[in-house]
Amino acid sequence: MTKPPPILLDGPQGPKPRRVLSRRNIFLYGTLLVITLYYAMPLYVMIVTSLKGMPEIRMGNIFSPPMEVTFEPWVKAWSQACTGLTCKGLSTGFWNSVKITIPSVILSIIIASLNGYALANWKFKGANVFFTILIFGAFIPYQVMLYPIVIMLREMGLYGSLGGLVLVHTIFGMPILTLLFRNYFSSLPEELFKAARVDGAGFWGIYFRIMVPMSLPIFTVAIILQVTGIWNDFLFGVVYTGPETYPMTVSLNNIVNSTQGVKEYNINMAATIITGLVPLTIYFVSGRLFVRGIAAGAVKG
Amino acid sequence: MSSARPSRLFRNKSAKIAAIPMIVTALFVFVGGTVWTIVYSFTKSGLLPRLKWVGLDQYERLWSTRKWLVSIENLAIYGFCTLVLVFVIGFILAALIDQKIRFENTIRTVILYPYALSFVVTGLVWQWILNPEFGVQKIVRSWGWESFQFDPLYTADIAIYGVLIAGLWQGSGLVMVLMLAGLRGIDQDVWKAARIDGIPAWKTYLFIVIPMMRPVFITTLVLVVTGIVKIYDLIVAQTGGGPGIATEVPAKYVYDSMFRANNLGQGFAASTMMLLTVALIVIPWAILEFGGSRNRD
Amino acid sequence: MNWAKNLLAATAIAAASSTSATELEVMHWWTSGGEAAAVGELAKAFNASGHTWVDAAIAGGEPARAVMVSRLTGGDPMGAFQFNHGRQAEELIEAGLLRDITDIAEAEGWKDIVNPSSLLDSCTVDGRIYCAPVNIHSWQWLWLSHKAYKDAGIEVPANWDEFVAAAPKLEEAGLVPLAMGQQGWQQSGLFNVLMAALVPNDVFLSVYGDKSAEVAGGEAVARVFKAAADARAMASKSTVQNWNDATNLVITGKAGGQIMGDWAQGEFAVAEQVAGEDYSCLPGLGVTQLLSTGGDAFYFPVLSDDEQTAAQTELAALMLKPATQVAFNLKKGSLPVRGDIDLSSANDCMQKGLALLADGALLPDTNQLITPDTNNQINTLFVEFFADASMSIEDAQAEFVSIISSAE
Repeated sequence: MTKPPPILLDGPQGPKPRRVLSRRNIFLYGTLLVITLYYAMPLYVMIVTSLKGMPEIRMGNIFSPPMEVTFEPWVKAWSQACTGLTCKGLSTGFWNSVKITIPSVILSIIIASLNGYALANWKFKGANVFFTILIFGAFIPYQVMLYPIVIMLREMGLYGSLGGLVLVHTIFGMPILTLLFRNYFSSLPEELFKAARVDGAGFWGIYFRIMVPMSLPIFTVAIILQVTGIWNDFLFGVVYTGPETYPMTVSLNNIVNSTQGVKEYNINMAATIITGLVPLTIYFVSGRLFVRGIAAGAVKG
Repeated sequence: MSSARPSRLFRNKSAKIAAIPMIVTALFVFVGGTVWTIVYSFTKSGLLPRLKWVGLDQYERLWSTRKWLVSIENLAIYGFCTLVLVFVIGFILAALIDQKIRFENTIRTVILYPYALSFVVTGLVWQWILNPEFGVQKIVRSWGWESFQFDPLYTADIAIYGVLIAGLWQGSGLVMVLMLAGLRGIDQDVWKAARIDGIPAWKTYLFIVIPMMRPVFITTLVLVVTGIVKIYDLIVAQTGGGPGIATEVPAKYVYDSMFRANNLGQGFAASTMMLLTVALIVIPWAILEFGGSRNRD
Repeated sequence: MNWAKNLLAATAIAAASSTSATELEVMHWWTSGGEAAAVGELAKAFNASGHTWVDAAIAGGEPARAVMVSRLTGGDPMGAFQFNHGRQAEELIEAGLLRDITDIAEAEGWKDIVNPSSLLDSCTVDGRIYCAPVNIHSWQWLWLSHKAYKDAGIEVPANWDEFVAAAPKLEEAGLVPLAMGQQGWQQSGLFNVLMAALVPNDVFLSVYGDKSAEVAGGEAVARVFKAAADARAMASKSTVQNWNDATNLVITGKAGGQIMGDWAQGEFAVAEQVAGEDYSCLPGLGVTQLLSTGGDAFYFPVLSDDEQTAAQTELAALMLKPATQVAFNLKKGSLPVRGDIDLSSANDCMQKGLALLADGALLPDTNQLITPDTNNQINTLFVEFFADASMSIEDAQAEFVSIISSAE
């Protein structure tokens, strides 16, 4: 336990390759190339399809590049696709999703990190019982909790409000996030904690002055997990709010699942890519931190 | 470690205050919600939850319904295959990427991106790729292999494997990242020592590295298994449970009972069976894993 | 939602006395082309009265239903919502969540104008009326593509038997004889149409009305299962999921025909096809001329806001006004709920439906006879039956009998 956390170690740790053009390297890169192509294939299909017109999609082969590139499906998906009477595409839902995601992510992370901190460093009697229940809670299918939560939110006067939805996301993000934070904080060197105690720092002082600054990677991981989960949520968004706060996924569902006579695949694809852009951006931006953060949190479980 | 920490009750007041959200959530939402569900599973609740007692009727009906039995079987097949394959694929990918390769960032991102896309998307795209009329089958046939057949989603016996292909594509990136992180956490000296002793790389992985990565496997296990138990969106987006009832899963049975059949009681009975199974496995495991003071040395 | 309510309250005060404009949220799952156009007519009429229709459309009946029940039990009801009338709403009424609109019905004289009167009956619980029926939908239609039969070089069939006999020719021409979506409700619907059309009336009523296991296991129903097996063979190449995608196969001439309710007509209209020229419709499959009278209705939750309650009253009354009925039903492809209006602008197919309605050649809809639970069990049976060609007629019928005998 006295070793520094592995975040400080950077770079691959496996056996070192030697020559550049060895048989081993050809095998290695060949395998990786095939795998990468396999993973990228659906994205490729989505992108080329979203750039085609409907006549070309109907006759064509889903893998062929567009003969005539059109951005109309993207424009339509964003601002014109219809749901019932409203023909505003994904654009309205986008800002609602932002309004839902930001507070939900922040609140759920603050609460889960405090839980994890208490569990790891200030363990009190019975803490593990609650933690076990929390882990059990991670397995409950969301749909089952739909009505009990409606009743709870109603009693709290939060039903139908943005606050209620934020609370629901906080509750359902809690099990996995608490597990992540608990493991991470346990892995931090004990000396730091002891020194701070000697200096007279208390629960909150240590949390804000030592734990948070040392845990940026795990906060990044948590942000990524939560942004992905909350941004893509459909069920809670549609059940716990009203039409004026419907998230983007409600529009996405309406675009993809209602066909105006002909299924407009190009618009469906454009709509799905647009919806996925926000979590994707978060990944690209924080890719490096993501890996390091998980390393520290999970390895020292 | 924790035993050395302040143990007097009042010292821990702040920790208890900080843990209030967790305690409230655990007791009121998860325990409360579960008890509520179990209570109402003994009732004849239809569109609305109502306390009209019917004893074990819902359970008798549940276990005599073929769709439920098929659902369990599918979850078992899907769960077992996913669990094995996602760990094998995730670990091998991580080991390959860990060979000081070039373009690591790009490759890692490409393998991880499916996790960013919602299941509504994933299911739809794979529905396409696996559609015999314009997907992979058509492409291969257009290359001249006329008898090539690849339509898992349209063949009842293997449809669940069609779902598996999409599920693995979606989930293995996250496992890969976790495994890679675990590998990065292994002390370099371990590799040096193994090389000096002349132990082949695969043996080093299997008998030294993997046992050292136990914590990473546990975190990953929780993430993966919760995903499997709750699988629903992917099925709905990709197959709708079809062809026939070939790809039905328990979470979808619950959803269908509740919102399609307006039979909440039946849905609660099904989810009680799911939760019971989970509880029987998770609670003893969690107590061993996290309970007591033996988790830290 | 709360801020919206505050805003509404504020505007209500500002507008005070006069007939103020009120926003009313209306929830429905009509999102496909023809449906959206039809609901647009209702919105237009409501907006013309000075109020604002706040459209809340959610694709798919299941999530929509989950939202409706949650909003009602959560104490945040919408202004009005679409539901199938019949037995689905019984519990909401018992729980006192829905507004009793008997006074509106009496003021507007619905009892005298709604035809058939069974529609109003299924809105009625203990003598009180709780919903406004807006249309009549019937299931018993066979839609035929003229292009498909022309391409196959044969005459358009005039009844079910000819349709079955023509199937091999269509298959030779590379066409799908019968388009069918792979969803349970479509497939059980098809079966029920076969039962209504191919065997005498009383079989349908004994099975679904009296829940007679004896009749369900009898020879007549066995014949229906045989016809269903024919349909299964004819639809074996149809891989689409949604009903309107199946309809689209008929519109584009890729499939010979489809058994689907009259709402399919809306899709033909959106595709600018003309009844009798581009497509034909056979009520009762051209065998037994009759229709079932299901349909859609709007329910009105109990609201605390007086302004909104008043707007509900206006909306409910408006829905059955002759002009609204004509505009809405022409777009939706359904029949109006009142027999006293002029629908000469209706097309060939709707005229056939109107004629049957006038003749009283009617059956109740399954939604009015069986619970959604039983309905779902039947859907599951047929989704299995139609997907698995190896499922025998006898096994399927045995299961059908067991579902019917346990039905309430």
